[in-house]
Amino acid sequence: MRHEISILIIGLFVVLSTASVTAAILSARAPKPLSSTLVNLTQRINAWWVMVALMTVAFFFGRYGMTILFALISFAALREFVTLTHSRRSDHWVLLGMFGIVIPFQYWLVWTAWYGLFVIFIPVYCFLLMPAITALHGDTERFLERVSAQQWAIMISVYCVSHVPALLTLNVPGFEGRNLLLIAFLIIVVQGSDVLQYIFGKLFGKHRFSPNVSPSKTWEGLIGGLVASSLLGALLAFITPFSPLQASAVAFIACAMGFLGGLVASAIKRDQGVKDWGHLIEGHGGMLDRTDSLVFAAPIFFHIVRYFWTV
Amino acid sequence: MSKLSLRTYTLLQTVTSVGLSAMAWAVTGVRPIWSGSEPSDRQRIYFANHTSHGDFILLSACLSEAERAKTHAIAAAEYWGKSRLRRFIAEDMLSSVLISRTWTSEAEHPISIMLSVLDQGHSLIIFPEGTRNTSDELLPFRSGLYNLSMARPDIELIPCWIENMSRVLPKGQFLPVPLLCRVVFGAPVAVAPGEERRAFLQRARAELLALNPRPDRDD
Repeated sequence: MRHEISILIIGLFVVLSTASVTAAILSARAPKPLSSTLVNLTQRINAWWVMVALMTVAFFFGRYGMTILFALISFAALREFVTLTHSRRSDHWVLLGMFGIVIPFQYWLVWTAWYGLFVIFIPVYCFLLMPAITALHGDTERFLERVSAQQWAIMISVYCVSHVPALLTLNVPGFEGRNLLLIAFLIIVVQGSDVLQYIFGKLFGKHRFSPNVSPSKTWEGLIGGLVASSLLGALLAFITPFSPLQASAVAFIACAMGFLGGLVASAIKRDQGVKDWGHLIEGHGGMLDRTDSLVFAAPIFFHIVRYFWTV
Repeated sequence: MSKLSLRTYTLLQTVTSVGLSAMAWAVTGVRPIWSGSEPSDRQRIYFANHTSHGDFILLSACLSEAERAKTHAIAAAEYWGKSRLRRFIAEDMLSSVLISRTWTSEAEHPISIMLSVLDQGHSLIIFPEGTRNTSDELLPFRSGLYNLSMARPDIELIPCWIENMSRVLPKGQFLPVPLLCRVVFGAPVAVAPGEERRAFLQRARAELLALNPRPDRDD
């Protein structure tokens, strides 16, 4: 596994260096003051350096690193989601429980590989018990709206995100001890697809995909990004249990889900009247702005691998 | 106070203030929005909406460490002076200044206490609603803001809108829910020549309300 990891790190380093150099050349040639797109591009690339560095460090701590990192990502994402949606004073204990009980318990289930409870704890137990607690508090004002927002918040920020470290619990024959590479594959392909869609959209984008939801998404960006990230998936087949063809198919599905995740996230933001979820990551917005695609891709990727590749 | 205990005392306050600001950031990711004023070492009176014990911690977390050391929150003696522990937390750890709503002697007069702090060159954080607000509307302002401004017209009055704190730590709760918060610092407000007390207080209240970045929300 050390061999594959070295190749990935060198590859990411080369890609990011190329990006930084390109942005620097573009900025040097562009008329001053720089356009907001160029300033944002440099900010985004700088943030990528930090994110890749953090991921790499977490990677070296293996199962510990991944579980803790994604629990923290869930914390930041949940905080953004709950901040944006409506809640009332009587929701205090339910909100506290989401941060203080649901996140730790869900990640404990990941840690102990208790699959049976991991898949139903939030969609069954939290789904039923949280509105019961809200009802017991006796405050019925905008009840359905508050309860739905809480369900969505933990499904998106905790349940879906926790499927990334849960990849470590899968038992793929012939791939023992190398599950970290499944996480690397998923993240590189999905985040790579976001970047590729952005690049294809900026270079060739003409026809808007869904002007009512997200003005920045174009057909050209989507198709270019999906084709390129499927090729990227095939290229990365050597770190997975998949054949190159399988890898490109899996990558295609994950990235298509990622695209839909971004679309749904945009719809929620638009409905709530904001542009970004938060300000945690300079140039990108909040944690959910960066992870919306991963959120939709992770559970599907997890179940595809589990259904077709595990015993 | 002896030299050693004074040092311990300053150390306690510095550690508390840095620790609380770090905690405020970890829980609420608090960030200042300077909209009409800029960070400055000028002497100021910050006035803010008040829904939670966390309010002034959040506000002071937005100031530099040097500013924080010379900025004191005004708190109610009726609450914070109730037990020795509360008084220790309020006065010794948070270096706030306690005033009584039911003062008897001239020396206990809230305005003279606040003026004596200002005359040491320090800044103040005050909550002109007078109490932690549990309603959805900003309460009418008490007179202190006007009286302070008339007595020390050179000191800037900065309105500060503290966002979301009523959801993070509502009155009566002791565990905070981590939600993102912002503090919006507005342009200084001053008493216009000949402006009446009540008119000024209403205007100051309107200036503060206008800073709410999400007035459409009722929570």
